[in-house]
Amino acid sequence: MNRARKLACVVVIAVCAVSLAANWLAPAGYAKQFREAPNAPPSRQHLLGTDEIGRDRFARVLYGTRISLLLAPAAALISTVLAALVGGLAGYLGGIWLRVARSFTDLFLSLPWLFLLITVRALLPLNVSPLVSVLITFLILGLLGWAASARVLSTSADALRNSDFVLQARASGLHGPRLFLIHVLPNLKPVLYAQFWISIPVFILSEANLGILGLGVAEPLPSWGSLLRELEGLISFREEPWRLVPLLLLIVVLTSFQMLFSREEVPA
Amino acid sequence: MSMGVSMSTNTTTTGRRAFLRFLLFLYSALLSLVVLSGSVVAQNGGELRFCLRSEPKTFDPLLVDDDSSLSIRYLTGGVLVRVNRHTQDLEPELAESWKLSQDGKQVTFKLRVGITFSDGTPFSSEDVAFTMQRLMDPALHSSTGDAFRSGTGAVSTKIIVPDQISITFPAPIAGLDRLFDQVVIMSAHSPNPKKEAAVLGPFMVAEYRAGSSVLLRRNPNYWKKDSQGRRLPYLDSIRLDIQSNRDVEMLRFKRGELDLINVIDSDYFDRLAASSPGLAHDAGTSLDSDFMWFNQVASAPIPEYKRAWFRSANFRLAISQAINRDDLSRVVFNGHAQPAVGPVSPANKFWFNSKLKAEPYRPDAALQRLQADGFHLQKGALFDKSGNAVEFSIVTNAGSKPRERMAVMVQEDLGKLGIKVNVVMLDFPSLIERISQKFNYEAAMLGFRNVDLDPNGQMNIWLSSAEDHAWNPQQKSPETAWEAEIDRLMRAQASAADPKKRKENFDRVQEIVAEQAPFIYLVNQNALSAVSAAVEGADPGILSPQTFWNAERLTLNASTRASR
Repeated sequence: MNRARKLACVVVIAVCAVSLAANWLAPAGYAKQFREAPNAPPSRQHLLGTDEIGRDRFARVLYGTRISLLLAPAAALISTVLAALVGGLAGYLGGIWLRVARSFTDLFLSLPWLFLLITVRALLPLNVSPLVSVLITFLILGLLGWAASARVLSTSADALRNSDFVLQARASGLHGPRLFLIHVLPNLKPVLYAQFWISIPVFILSEANLGILGLGVAEPLPSWGSLLRELEGLISFREEPWRLVPLLLLIVVLTSFQMLFSREEVPA
Repeated sequence: MSMGVSMSTNTTTTGRRAFLRFLLFLYSALLSLVVLSGSVVAQNGGELRFCLRSEPKTFDPLLVDDDSSLSIRYLTGGVLVRVNRHTQDLEPELAESWKLSQDGKQVTFKLRVGITFSDGTPFSSEDVAFTMQRLMDPALHSSTGDAFRSGTGAVSTKIIVPDQISITFPAPIAGLDRLFDQVVIMSAHSPNPKKEAAVLGPFMVAEYRAGSSVLLRRNPNYWKKDSQGRRLPYLDSIRLDIQSNRDVEMLRFKRGELDLINVIDSDYFDRLAASSPGLAHDAGTSLDSDFMWFNQVASAPIPEYKRAWFRSANFRLAISQAINRDDLSRVVFNGHAQPAVGPVSPANKFWFNSKLKAEPYRPDAALQRLQADGFHLQKGALFDKSGNAVEFSIVTNAGSKPRERMAVMVQEDLGKLGIKVNVVMLDFPSLIERISQKFNYEAAMLGFRNVDLDPNGQMNIWLSSAEDHAWNPQQKSPETAWEAEIDRLMRAQASAADPKKRKENFDRVQEIVAEQAPFIYLVNQNALSAVSAAVEGADPGILSPQTFWNAERLTLNASTRASR
C-alpha cells in the first residue's frame, strides 16, 4: 500500500469515525436552532458557525456526512446492480437480448427523469418522517439511475462475449450462468467499480438538486446535498470561507475513495 | 507732463480694469451658461438597465397577468388615472378629472387634449371606448377586465364630447376609479395591426429578443413635461435583460452592469448594505404577506380526526399563538419584516384595521387552549382526546428559501408543544394541484403578493364560493356562520359607494379573520430594493414597481451616460 493510499484510508476512516461520533462531538444536534445567533461565524461554541436559522453547521456537517456516506453509496449500489443485471446480462447474451436491452436503456435515458421524479414524489404520501423521506429519496435515485451505467456495461459485456478467453472457455464446454459468473463478471468488475464510484457524487448532487424541486432530504435532517445548497447565493467565498467545508469534505472523501479502491481494479 | 502722463496712465489703468471686469463678467456669464446647459445635457439621455426575472408572456396590455409583462405595461402604457406609488393617492394622468356617480355604476372622465400616441395618431375618447369594449369582451379573457365584472349585463360607453366620456357598468363597483390604474388605453385608429405598438406611456417597445432582452425607447410623443417645460422622459432607453438567476443579477448589479433590482431578498440586501450602504433601500413594510392555513375541505382525503382539529378555531388559534413571529421576522428576514396582523398589511394606510395587533408568542396560552379542547401531553408528545398523536405536514413551494426556513422554524416552535410537524417542499405545479384540485394536504404555507390596495382585490379569497378561498373553496353555501358573515360583509363593502361604510365592513372582516384564524398570518416582508449610484431621482417605495414607478423622471449620471 503506497503512501497516497494509506493517506486516503486514514481520511476515509477518520471521516467515518467522526461522523459516527456526531452525538458526542456535537451534542446540540443538527436541528437545534440557536435563534439568537443565526449566520454566526465560527466560534468555540459553533466550530463552523451557524446556518441561516441558527443551527450548528458543524453538527449538520457531521450528521449530513453520516447520511450521505451511508445512503449515496447504497443508492449507487442499487443502480450498479440493476445496471449489471440489465446491461451486463444483455451484453453477455447478445443478439436480440442486447438489442432489446439497449432500446429499453435508450428509452429510459431519453425520459425527462427530473419530471419523472417529481411525478413519483407527487404520488408519495406527505406525512412521512424525515428519516423515511431520506430513504425514499435515495431509493428512488438508485432505482432510476441505472440506465447510463447499463449502457456502458452492455458494451463492455458485448466485447467480452467475443473475446478469445471467453471463446476458449466456451469451446471447453463452459456455458450459461457459470461462464458469466466465472469469466465475464470478474472482467466487468473494473467497469462496475468505475460506474459505482461515478454514481456516488452524481447521486449526492442529484439529491441536492432534488431538494430544490422538493424531492430532497426532508428538513430538519441534513445531507451533503442540503448543505451544498447553502452555497447557493454565496457571492464571495472570501467573506465566509467556512461555508465551503461541506464542498471540500465532499471532494476529499470522494477523492479518497477513488484512491483507495480504484488502483487495483483498473486493468493494466 | 508727468501729471498728464500719470493721468493718462491712470485713465488707461482704469479702462483696462473696466475691460477686465467686463471680460470677467462675460467669462462668468459664459461659464454659468455652460454649466447650466451642461446640467441640461447631464439630465437627458442614457440607457437604464435592469432585469426581468422571466420572459414576458404578452405585450398586449389588456392580457397582462405576469410580473414581467406588468413591468413592461407600466413603462409603456398610458392610463387615465394613476395610483401614486408613494402617497397611494389617485392622481390624474390622461384624464384631467373624473367623476363617479352616486350609485357607483358610472364614471365620467374629462380627457386631456392635444395628446398623441407614439405612432402619431391622436388620443380621444374613441380610444377609451375602444379599450373598454375590448377589455370587457368575454372572448379576450382579460384578468384586468374581470375586476370590472360586477354583474350580468353589458358595459356601455357614451362619448359626450371628443374629450369627455362616461362608462356605465351594470352593477355598482366599489373603488371603481382606482381600477383604471390598470387599464392601459389602446389606439382605436392606429394603422398598425398590432394595436399595442402605439402607446401613450413614456417608453415604447423597440426590440424584443426572446429569452434575452427587451429594449424600450423613449416615446417621442409622450405628453408629460417637467417643471421647466422639458419633455419627459429624460432617459433615451431602458434595457430589460431576462435573467431568472438572482445571484447573477446581483453580481451584474455589483459590477455596474445593472442599475436597479426591483425586489431583493433580505440576504442579498444585507450583504449589499454592508458593502455599499447607499445602494440598498428598505422602504418599510410592504403589502405582501406570508401565511399558513389548514385544510378544512369536507371531501379532502385526510383522517376525520385531523379534519376535526383543523376545523376547530381553538386549535388554529393555539397554533397561531405557538408561532414566534418576532423570530421569523428577525431570523429569516434579518429584521426586514414585521409580524403580520391579518389580511391587510399596515402599509395599506386606509384599509388596515389599526385596532388589531399581531398575535404575540404565547406557547403557555396555546397549550391551555389546546387542553381546553381535550388535548393532553404525554411524554412530551401531544395527543387529542381520542388518543391520536398530533402530527401533520406543512407543504410549501420548493425553491423559496425564506418560506423553507419559516416552515422549519414553525416546525420547531410547534415541537415545543409536542406537535410533530413534517415539512414537505413540493414543486409549484404539484403544490397547486394538491391545494386547489385534489385537496390532498394537511396544512400549507404560501404568500400573497398584493398589488391592489382595495379589498375588492381580495373578493376571490374571502367569498366562501370563491376558488381561492384556500382553506375550503367553492362552497355551495357557507359552511360556517362566520364565513356567511364574511360573505355578507364583503358583498356589502363591494356594493357601498361610501368609503367609510366600506371601511367599517372590511374592518369587521379583518376582526373575524383574527378571531377564527382561517389563515394564520406570519409576516409582512419589507420592500427591499437596490438602486445604483448612477441613477438619479429614484425614490423606492412599497408599491409595485418599487424602484421605477417614476421612470420618466429618472436620470443617469454623466459618467454612466457616457459609457452607454
